[in-house]
Amino acid sequence: MTAATYTSAAPKAPRRHAFSRFCRAYAKRPAGLAGLGLLIAFGALALAAPLFIGDDQLNVIKVDGPQLSPPVDGYPLGTDQAGRSILLLVIWGARESLSIGLIATALTVVLGSAVGLLAGHYQGWVGKILMHVTDWFIALPSLPLAISLSAVLGQGAASITIAIAVTSWTATARLVRAQTLAVEARPFIERAKVLGAGNTQIMIRHVLPNVMPLILVSSTLTVASAILSEATLTFLGLGDPTSVTWGSMLEAAFLGGAVTAGAWWYLMPPGIAILIVVLGFTLVGRAVEHVLNPRMVVGR
Amino acid sequence: MSSLTTTSPAKVKAQGVKRSDFLPYLGGKLAAALVSFLVTLVIGFVIFSLMPADPVRTLTRGRPTSEAQLVQIRVQLGLDDPIWERFLTFVGNTLKGELGYSWQFQQSVSSLVADRIGPTLLLMGTAAALSIALGLWLGIRSGWRHGSLFDRIASSTSLALWSVPTFWLGMILLVAFSVGVGPIPSLLPAGGMSDPSLPQEGWAHVVDVAKHLVLPCLTMVLVVFAQYVTVMRTSIIDEMGSPYLLTARAKGLTDDAVRRRHAVPNALLPSVTMIFMHLGILVSGAITVESVYSWPGLGYLTYEALRIPDLPLLQGTFIVFSASVIIMNLLADVVYRFLDPRVRAQ
Repeated sequence: MTAATYTSAAPKAPRRHAFSRFCRAYAKRPAGLAGLGLLIAFGALALAAPLFIGDDQLNVIKVDGPQLSPPVDGYPLGTDQAGRSILLLVIWGARESLSIGLIATALTVVLGSAVGLLAGHYQGWVGKILMHVTDWFIALPSLPLAISLSAVLGQGAASITIAIAVTSWTATARLVRAQTLAVEARPFIERAKVLGAGNTQIMIRHVLPNVMPLILVSSTLTVASAILSEATLTFLGLGDPTSVTWGSMLEAAFLGGAVTAGAWWYLMPPGIAILIVVLGFTLVGRAVEHVLNPRMVVGR
Repeated sequence: MSSLTTTSPAKVKAQGVKRSDFLPYLGGKLAAALVSFLVTLVIGFVIFSLMPADPVRTLTRGRPTSEAQLVQIRVQLGLDDPIWERFLTFVGNTLKGELGYSWQFQQSVSSLVADRIGPTLLLMGTAAALSIALGLWLGIRSGWRHGSLFDRIASSTSLALWSVPTFWLGMILLVAFSVGVGPIPSLLPAGGMSDPSLPQEGWAHVVDVAKHLVLPCLTMVLVVFAQYVTVMRTSIIDEMGSPYLLTARAKGLTDDAVRRRHAVPNALLPSVTMIFMHLGILVSGAITVESVYSWPGLGYLTYEALRIPDLPLLQGTFIVFSASVIIMNLLADVVYRFLDPRVRAQ
């Protein structure tokens, strides 16, 4: 009984302690705090959007604003070809852009971590084959592969998400494999083996928790590139034509002749929104990386 | 005489080792490149031949076709053959340079690719050269004095530019410099590669193409050079703690000479590999930039294929892009061997 309470209570206290130490160290990084602030602001806007944006402002048939007009009273960022407020569209677009980015990242991280863990744990032919597959995918240019995949799967958020995950899991896999090898060389893994832990238990209970911080860091950076990829694929015409995302706004602007009309007010907001969110995730990722492993990022 | 006999066998031996080492090395890399090309073909086959539910339906979409015609098309495309047979036909055709038949252009994909490859090489080559030069220079400067104002400006500019979608930057530049906003007049052409009203040869044509090249090239450079700044900066900083730099300084060399003659050559090594590995990013850039500026290259061809979607054409561009990246990686391995004596010695 005492042994049971001991094992369950012991890891918790140091972990909480480590977490508070992490928070204090993070708070000392102004760039990281700025990134976090930007992300929280955008996340809150995206979540709250349905409270003040309704079908009246988004439906092309119901809106009554001036068409493709520069910023005027009531439309602080101007309007699109249908007379919808650009400001509201950008806020609404954050919902789908962010969710595709996050879901694609989750898929990427799960896929990459699974491959990396397996390749690191089974170092025989299984690991070799998995690393070869990873290398082949690294050699493929990602955008043509993503375009081909989502063109075959058909337009829509689901196919874009799959295409992003299939093209970006390799970095995570390599990282996780390297870390798994390092962790498995440590004596406590040997102890677990001696005590009779199976392969699954070693991977899930012992290796995974040690690899987790690294996975979290790399996933923050993955979100940034997933959001960029989402915008690119949607702009190329692979997104759901009915939904509003930053990429689809830019696609509509491009195809609708906003460039020739010189409608900079239509083009700027979605791009700046992408810039801010990607920058936010990158800054947060780098700050976390710095705090967790100060040596790894001397230069960057 | 005796000294000659003692030194020359060693020299011959060293050269012999080098040469006999290089061929197996190259052979190994070539074999690896071939295997990855084969894997690319498998992936292409899976995506374009196995994944589409019914290619015949897609092909005849929007046209009235009888059952008999559908069956005939299936036989023509060989859709009822066993999968391995279809795969072998596909690989055989690709190796012969037959990439299929575009639905949209009613023309063979190979001839389309051949028409478009020149403009892409022109755009990518110019952009790559400019961004490598700019990126390495900025990277060296900011790495050598990291933490300085110059470094902070260069690093944050490249971070911001990295966070921007390529196509968006292209559209903004297009609005600013081609359409003209406010005080900025229309300076440069908006799209395409040349003005059809001007003669298509001679000096006037070169100037015209160069004018059309400025904006797409600028867009690609702005997005791509950031990668090189980061890579070069990191490797310079990695070298900075090395003892040989202290030795160089102790010899009384100027800071400039230490940097140029000692630090940079060593720091260049990892950067060269990274540059070649990042050429895939250039390919992605080519697709989006060419789409925005309707630059008549492979990227724009991909965009046109995507709009239909014209699957054989997409498959063709996918194979060409992948093959070019594989060739670039092979080149990187060979170049690296020549640059780094340590790899040769192994």
